[in-house]
Amino acid sequence: MDNSGLGAKLFQACNYTFLGLITLLTLFPFWDSLIVSITPISESMQSSVHLFPKTVTFEAYEYIVGMKQLWSSYGVSIFVTVAGTILSMIVTTLAAYVLSKSYLPGGRAIMFLIVFTMMFSGGIIPTYLVVKQLGMMNTVWALIMPLMVQTYNLIIMRSFMASVPESLEEAARIDGCGDFRILVRVVLPLSLPAIATVSLFYAVAKWNEFFTAVMYITDKDVWPLQLFMRAMLIDNEAVYQSGGDSPFLLGQSIKMASIMVSTIPVMLIYPFFQRYFVQGATLGAVKE
Amino acid sequence: MEAPTSRISAQVKSSRMEGIRRVLRYRNLYLMLLPAIAYYIIFHYYPMYGATIAFKQFSIIKGINGSPWVGLKHFETLLQLDKFWEVFWNTIVISLYRLLFGFPLPLIVALLLNEVRKMAFKRTVQTIIYLPHFISWVIMGGLLINLLSTDSGIVNQVIRSLGGSSIGFLSDESYFRSTLVGSMIWKEFGWNTIIYMAALAGVNPSLYEAAWMDGANRMQRIWHVTLPSIRTTIIILLILRIGGLMEAGFEQIFVLYHSGVYRVADIIDTYVYRTGLADGKFSLAAALGLFKSIINFVLLIIANQLARMKGDQGIF
Repeated sequence: MDNSGLGAKLFQACNYTFLGLITLLTLFPFWDSLIVSITPISESMQSSVHLFPKTVTFEAYEYIVGMKQLWSSYGVSIFVTVAGTILSMIVTTLAAYVLSKSYLPGGRAIMFLIVFTMMFSGGIIPTYLVVKQLGMMNTVWALIMPLMVQTYNLIIMRSFMASVPESLEEAARIDGCGDFRILVRVVLPLSLPAIATVSLFYAVAKWNEFFTAVMYITDKDVWPLQLFMRAMLIDNEAVYQSGGDSPFLLGQSIKMASIMVSTIPVMLIYPFFQRYFVQGATLGAVKE
Repeated sequence: MEAPTSRISAQVKSSRMEGIRRVLRYRNLYLMLLPAIAYYIIFHYYPMYGATIAFKQFSIIKGINGSPWVGLKHFETLLQLDKFWEVFWNTIVISLYRLLFGFPLPLIVALLLNEVRKMAFKRTVQTIIYLPHFISWVIMGGLLINLLSTDSGIVNQVIRSLGGSSIGFLSDESYFRSTLVGSMIWKEFGWNTIIYMAALAGVNPSLYEAAWMDGANRMQRIWHVTLPSIRTTIIILLILRIGGLMEAGFEQIFVLYHSGVYRVADIIDTYVYRTGLADGKFSLAAALGLFKSIINFVLLIIANQLARMKGDQGIF
């Protein structure tokens, strides 16, 4: 349409360059950590700018894989992600379906009370006291229950289900289906895009969950991956005390190898599911 | 005189019966809603009630109900605390920086990306730039330390090789906030770009054709067609950002900060965490948390009203 003219060509050239640059800038930290992770431990301590590795070694990975804590934390995170996502999806789907029925007496009031929790919260401390009172401290349930329903996800599901034609449900009702059967047989099959997106949002959030872990988990046996990673990676206080230099209690290559190992699940699913993430953004942009 | 009242009461009774009957008719639906309601009561509304410990002298043994009322004592203590003003100020400053520098960038990138005609390039850029959104702050912290540390970080190596001296991006008070804001933008701009792109995909192509027929140049097209089309999305995101002004990013700061930068980086949430959970001053910390929640709520209402006054739809 407007690829003619010097001005337009110049604009496009600048545009492509700029977008290409920010894309590389996004990737670079990951690339750099990958390179550091396969550099020999002895070499990674010396200063040298490295865009490509000189010698490749997997000794850092061997060290990481030999750590018992890694596997127990991996186990906790996998359990929390799988069990937590299933539980979250069941509760969210049921609620979203019911709340998508505009004729339900009290439905609007309940929806308001749910959305209200996005605008106002009791705060960190009262929530902590509730979890403590329920005896969930240092159990995987502290990582699952307090985040069971994410209101944003509930809203996405609800608006999607509200768009399922009422006539289809009526037909099923005439055939003698109850509410639950209608949900399972009619509405769920038509809501697959929303289900895929929301499950993915839940799963990634649970895999990455750090805040609740910091609040409720101190016992190393129940450490999810993020707490293990913090212990591996973050030693700000020690770095600060030493005057800005990292004291290399653990070689930098080991740290970066642990990043690779813990990010692999997210990286692996990302290319295949990324269109569902985009779909989530689209669904979320749909105003109620 | 008797008859009309009894008739009315009979009507009231029958309408109440009608109400009960309607509820009974939908009992399966209510049953399906029950788990979610239980969740919201236990993990959201009960903590809201629990926030009353901000007005009590909370003790673990006596519990939320048994602890004695002390009125506004904790709020008075807070206002006299220098540390309170410090964390309040830090929260606002960091948030405003994020709003100022972080809000326009995704919009600009989305507009530029929208001008790209090569679909493969567009898709590649889109896919890569929002990847960091799905990586946790712990991992991001590790990556940042790897990049920015004064001795082996690649950024400082480049600075040194260009003849400069190392910069303590993560250790120096005067750089720490910039590092926070910069890394937050780096992690989140891609995702926000995608949200705008989703909105842009809905713009009617015939509007562009009409603008082209009228001889509009690129800037005029962006200004008169593209921007007005995604105005609602921009406003909604802005309202949400303003409503979250008291959220300066607990996870990020918690991962990156240390005692050397508390003066510039300690925010309300991190301070609540340390006061409440590390020092055990539950009531004082709850008072600060409640203070934050209330400000957030008020800001959200104000932003929403402003948007409505300007003729836009709010979020509620």
